[in-house]
Amino acid sequence: MTAFAPKTASGAGRTDRFYLLMIVLPCAFLALLYFLPVLNVLVLSVTEPQPGIQNYQMLAESGALHRILLNTLRVSLSTTALTLLLGYMFSLGINSMAPRTRTVALFVVLASFWISALIRAYAWVAILQPNGLINQLLMGIGLIDTPLILVRNELGVIIGMVHYMLPYAILPIYANMAGIDRSLLRASRALGANRWRTFWWVFFPQSLPGLAGSGILVMIFSLGFYITPAILGGGRVVMIAEYISIQISETLRWGVATMLATVLVMVVVALTIWMSRYLKVGGGLASKGGKS
Amino acid sequence: MNASLFPRIVAWAVACFLALPVLIMLPISLTPNRYLSLPKDGISLRHYKSLIDDPQWIASIADSLFVATLAAMLAVVLGASFAIGIWRRGGMAERVLQPIMLAPMIVPPIVHSVAFYKGWAEIGLLDTYTGLILVHAMKGTPFVILTVAAALANFDPRTEQAARSLGASAGRTMAWVVLPQIKGGLLSGAVFAFFISWDEIIVALFITMRQVYTLPRRIWDGLEDNIDPAIAALGSLMILATVALMILQTIKKR
Repeated sequence: MTAFAPKTASGAGRTDRFYLLMIVLPCAFLALLYFLPVLNVLVLSVTEPQPGIQNYQMLAESGALHRILLNTLRVSLSTTALTLLLGYMFSLGINSMAPRTRTVALFVVLASFWISALIRAYAWVAILQPNGLINQLLMGIGLIDTPLILVRNELGVIIGMVHYMLPYAILPIYANMAGIDRSLLRASRALGANRWRTFWWVFFPQSLPGLAGSGILVMIFSLGFYITPAILGGGRVVMIAEYISIQISETLRWGVATMLATVLVMVVVALTIWMSRYLKVGGGLASKGGKS
Repeated sequence: MNASLFPRIVAWAVACFLALPVLIMLPISLTPNRYLSLPKDGISLRHYKSLIDDPQWIASIADSLFVATLAAMLAVVLGASFAIGIWRRGGMAERVLQPIMLAPMIVPPIVHSVAFYKGWAEIGLLDTYTGLILVHAMKGTPFVILTVAAALANFDPRTEQAARSLGASAGRTMAWVVLPQIKGGLLSGAVFAFFISWDEIIVALFITMRQVYTLPRRIWDGLEDNIDPAIAALGSLMILATVALMILQTIKKR
């Protein structure tokens, strides 16, 4: 017994070290190759072109920057609001469907999630451009004479972004709704509340965590979004990500670019911490991974 | 019944909106015209043919497959190792390190693209396969951590302890007891990581030029020049492959 005990202890020690190593190695890998380059860039925002906070002062002074930030905020907020509205209605709708039809509707959502953002933006250009499908259709039936401007403006960007974000919003909202206890609704009805009252007073408050979580998630993705605004905005609706890219590749103003990158990271980190009150970060993705 | 009819109508409208770009891709790819249009008189496979005939498309597909495969493998090693480590040790490591390791998923791509552009230039990894594979692997790692952690949540840690107390070494326990139990999580993590790399464009725009020219990069440059229907042909093939894989997966689950 006593001869055996030290052996297990040292064996356990070795196991502990083994698992510790399994944690430490990936962390060191990311620390060196991910966090170091990112921190390096964040530091540039106070050292480039000379040490100081002059880049951050531009945030208060530059009209061009104000326009970019306002564009980003306006497009992101519109996208988030529309995505939540449509995502919530969608989830409500499939909640009252027969299981088989619900599977079909959810399949469409998942398929959309898995299809390349680039390919989807391309398809939206084909649909929305002046000689695109919608304009051809409307002019073909004689409803309009001159093509509607649906792309290379904010409308096009928002259509494309809502389309991209919907699956991210729907999955947590729906997961939350599916977990609401139905017997509470029956109790409310039995106690004499009508459908509307039951919905607003019993169902809706319980669905708020899913709604808040997806709202913040969509906001996080929207603020830093690059592909869809760049393609569907056609250079006319410049958001912060595209602006950073222009500063790096064309005007070579590293100070401004890294300052904006720092601001973006800080906002996104703050939103993520806020979101973790409502959603387990990545929880929806993990279950989606298991499902698909 | 009326109260739930309206949301159901909206639900189908949303489903149609989501499916619209997908459904439009196929007819566009079959147009006989040189430009983006719906086929009016007859269909043609010329854009599919130009995809096969053009060695550049094939080269980009090969580049993307190569980068995505190696990136997914590296991501699985990094992510699974971390997820198993914190599953076994828990506590501080789990609460503090896990959110940090998920950062590549949350930090806006434009931010780390600028960071890698700067960092890789300093160590000579710009426009190399190694450089792109490293970035893509790190972007895939959080997804592997999440899928493997989800798989481990259903796996009783006592099984692992039992194997250890019966005299199996840590390595043998890993290979014979732990890994077989989480095959599903490893596989979905790998699929996620592969897809993240296969679809990644922003980092590729910053850190690759001519040597490494992935498929999204070529599509992006194609969009800048003119809207070529060959991209619709490629998009249709990618959509069909995606939907086929999803249907296969659904059938297997039954």
